Amino acid sequence: MKTILDVCDLCTSFGPVRAVDRVSFSLRSGEVLGLVGESGSGKSVTGFSVIRLLDQPGHISGGRILFHGRDLASETEEGMRQLRGNRIAMIFQDPMMTLNPVLHIDTQMVEAVRAHQKVGVAEARRQARDALGAVGIPSPEERLAAYPHQFSGGMRQRVAIAIALLHNPDVIIADEPTTALDVTIQAQILSEVQRLVRERNTSLIWITHDLSVVAGLADRVAVMYSGRIVEHGPTDPVLDHALHPYTHGLIGSVPSRNRRGQRLAQIPGTTMSIDRRPPGCPFHTRCARAQDVCRTEPPPVSRGAEHTALCFFPMEEAARLEVVQ
Amino acid sequence: MATWLLRRMFQAALVILAMTVLVFVGVNVIGNPVDIMISPDATQEVRQRAIEALGFDQPLWRQYLTFLGNAVTGDIGKSYVFNQPALDVILQRLPATLELAVSALLLSILIGLPLGLLAGFRPDHPTSRAIMAGSIFGFSLPSFWVGLMLIMTFSVYLGWLPSIGRGQTVSVLGIEVSFLTLDGLKHLALPALNLALYQISMVLRLTRAGVRETLHQDFIKFARAKGLRPRRIVFVHVLKNILIPIVTVVGLGFGHTVAFSVVTETVFAWPGMGKLIIDAINVLDRPIIVAYLMMIVVLFVVINLLVDLTYTLLDPRIRLETQE
Amino acid sequence: MTNLTDSAPVRECEPSLFRLFVADFIRSRVALLGLVVFTIIILATVFAPLITPQDPYDLMQLDIMDGRLPPGSSNFDGSTTYILGTDDQGRDMFSGILYGLRTSLIVGVGSALLAALVGTLLGLVAAYVGGRFETFVMRLVDLQLSFPTILTALMILAVLGKSVLNVVLALVIVEWATYARTARAAALAERRRDYIVAAETLAIPSWRILLRHLLPNCLPSLIVVATIQIASAIALEATLSFLGIGVPITEPSLGLLIANGYKYMLAGDYWVSLFPGVALLVVIVSINLVGDHLRDILNPKNKS
Repeated sequence: MKTILDVCDLCTSFGPVRAVDRVSFSLRSGEVLGLVGESGSGKSVTGFSVIRLLDQPGHISGGRILFHGRDLASETEEGMRQLRGNRIAMIFQDPMMTLNPVLHIDTQMVEAVRAHQKVGVAEARRQARDALGAVGIPSPEERLAAYPHQFSGGMRQRVAIAIALLHNPDVIIADEPTTALDVTIQAQILSEVQRLVRERNTSLIWITHDLSVVAGLADRVAVMYSGRIVEHGPTDPVLDHALHPYTHGLIGSVPSRNRRGQRLAQIPGTTMSIDRRPPGCPFHTRCARAQDVCRTEPPPVSRGAEHTALCFFPMEEAARLEVVQ
Repeated sequence: MATWLLRRMFQAALVILAMTVLVFVGVNVIGNPVDIMISPDATQEVRQRAIEALGFDQPLWRQYLTFLGNAVTGDIGKSYVFNQPALDVILQRLPATLELAVSALLLSILIGLPLGLLAGFRPDHPTSRAIMAGSIFGFSLPSFWVGLMLIMTFSVYLGWLPSIGRGQTVSVLGIEVSFLTLDGLKHLALPALNLALYQISMVLRLTRAGVRETLHQDFIKFARAKGLRPRRIVFVHVLKNILIPIVTVVGLGFGHTVAFSVVTETVFAWPGMGKLIIDAINVLDRPIIVAYLMMIVVLFVVINLLVDLTYTLLDPRIRLETQE
Repeated sequence: MTNLTDSAPVRECEPSLFRLFVADFIRSRVALLGLVVFTIIILATVFAPLITPQDPYDLMQLDIMDGRLPPGSSNFDGSTTYILGTDDQGRDMFSGILYGLRTSLIVGVGSALLAALVGTLLGLVAAYVGGRFETFVMRLVDLQLSFPTILTALMILAVLGKSVLNVVLALVIVEWATYARTARAAALAERRRDYIVAAETLAIPSWRILLRHLLPNCLPSLIVVATIQIASAIALEATLSFLGIGVPITEPSLGLLIANGYKYMLAGDYWVSLFPGVALLVVIVSINLVGDHLRDILNPKNKS
């Protein structure tokens, strides 16, 4: 499979604060990458960095974002505009806020079509209608004339997905698109997206704090903590044999059926604020395995080429059992 | 929509009715009604006869009903100065005032909106800071003073524009207007700018605040994520959202503009109804005063109604509520 | 980061509010300038008879031969210099302006304070009593605020005729609503606090709760409103007097002086109108500068 997105040592800063610190990952055609972390871990900022939609004063302060070999970090604004919505699309977290409340749905879809295609309004409208139908919105022709507030949250997110799919992009970045929705709707949207990207061989970066979503959806997982990717690899090895104590803690804190009756593990303390990152390993303040070296030296990359972790003392079988109890 | 409109019109009628009571009480109870209806030059005997003829010996509520009945048929009394029905005199002056007020509102949008957009999109730019500082003056300086300064600068010293009067007018559908002749436009420029100054400050502050708020919304980010051109984002997505409060303020501001034209018309000797009312107060031509007040009240109510209507047309969320 | 740690101890051993206030004022040069200018103006108007070369109201002192002299001219024997020129009556503009300022300030400040009294009382009682009285007062406030100030004043003066007292009355009626709204909003926020509830359960008389507890907590926002309202009262008074429906000719305020010079301005004798205008401008701007800064200091939102 062809690599279409290669992020290499990406750094994103807000003033003096590095929200994303030397993040590297790559995405192959049709692959689904789950980007996991708590709020404030830098996972959303990573997503917005790739499509270059950072809020002021955020900016990319280092590294490369190679998209089909083209470095997006140094791309012009107009160049980015031509890519956005066209080759790289994005779905946002809160569907109630992503559609302009004072514009008809068709206006918002037609303009998206015509931003990248030289077609007439009628043709653009036809494409918009088909896109709405494809994401499972009933009677799309009528719904086109509606306003966003006439849709439910789940329906609005479907509209947003339809807009993201309009130009059959190579990559879709989905920033917690199901978090704001009811559980049943979440599952619908999830399977819908899964089906759509598989049909079209679209690559997907799914940003979430929910490991259980990633388990069923992603081919590979990157776990972020305090602006860094601390563990990265194919989904099954990462979830079954986590190397990093943080990943391990995350998995332990997901309630599940086959561990009923056991106490839920928890990670002590709270996420380290990015602007107060301690020296050494950023996780050492909450890590049960931390040694002196973790407090002073930045951790090295451990284990093989496919499954890596940023840790001095990656988890081993015996130690893992110990922590679980 | 129709029921909503009917209800609103009924409310408007109620407000007008309430204001007739206020004006009636104002002039007939607090002021001396005899002075209002009868020329001060009349002899004692004439006065007495007039008091009986006009029903001032009647109980107050009956007097009010008579006043209301006359007012509905457009009879508010005869102006002493012009010796014509007061309402006619007011109506003759109305077009000049409306022309001035409409020009001022147009100016406030034409100047206020772009400046506000600039200050909103580039908040840290020195020009934006200067605009915001200047807008404070627009709020706090008395408009007659600004008017004098405009005359002193552009008429007395530079000699570019005339200082007083309406200039050459053209008749359109029987109404005299200035803005269609070059001379008229020259005469209109300074008073319109003077009258617009407050509204300009208002519009530009509102625009700036709206832009600042809207730019942080997710839907703007999403619009960018769709790959829209910046121009479309600014002029469709941002502008349409901030237009609603601006339309409200400009619309409601129309009433204030008409009211404050009293000052501008006096400074620039603009022959509208604002200048008329000041002259009327000075010579105690009270039928004119009553006619003016009623005219303003009706104007206010109509404006409020129109603003509400525009509002519902612009904001789909409100439109839905009114339909239900 | 360092700022936070630096200011932490300051917050712990809180210095007196007044000292903070003074320090804050000195830090803002513009506001300080406004305050200094305004103080000078107040002093100058209070001591006007000692400063001015002439009593502008004493017709014996005026010489019609000195009419419309440009700034810096002297009278025929050189005993008086008209630093700001003279008006058509031969009245020294500098003296006229200082005496005019007196009228303007008395009317402006007086009406603002009276309006503050009426409005605050109504607002507080409305918030405390609630019910129909509150609805009634707030309806009145809405009505008043939706009507242009100049029109209300115009109506009142048209009905009552012109006099200093009527102008004050008109300004009070125009301005009370702003105070009422501010006082009510502040009082409502305070009413829900536990200590008011506690005071009520202790059966402390209502008037005492109003005056001792609610009023002091509303004061900061009322002070801000009052400064701005004084400026707008002065401006409105000047406007009314300029229109010839304000204070009578016997007690000319700045507005009347400006109106008086207006007809000569077109002929190029700028000073008769310009200098009273500048004086008016300086007063209004200096009060606004102070008020603007007060709002920044006293606004609890900016404190955190």
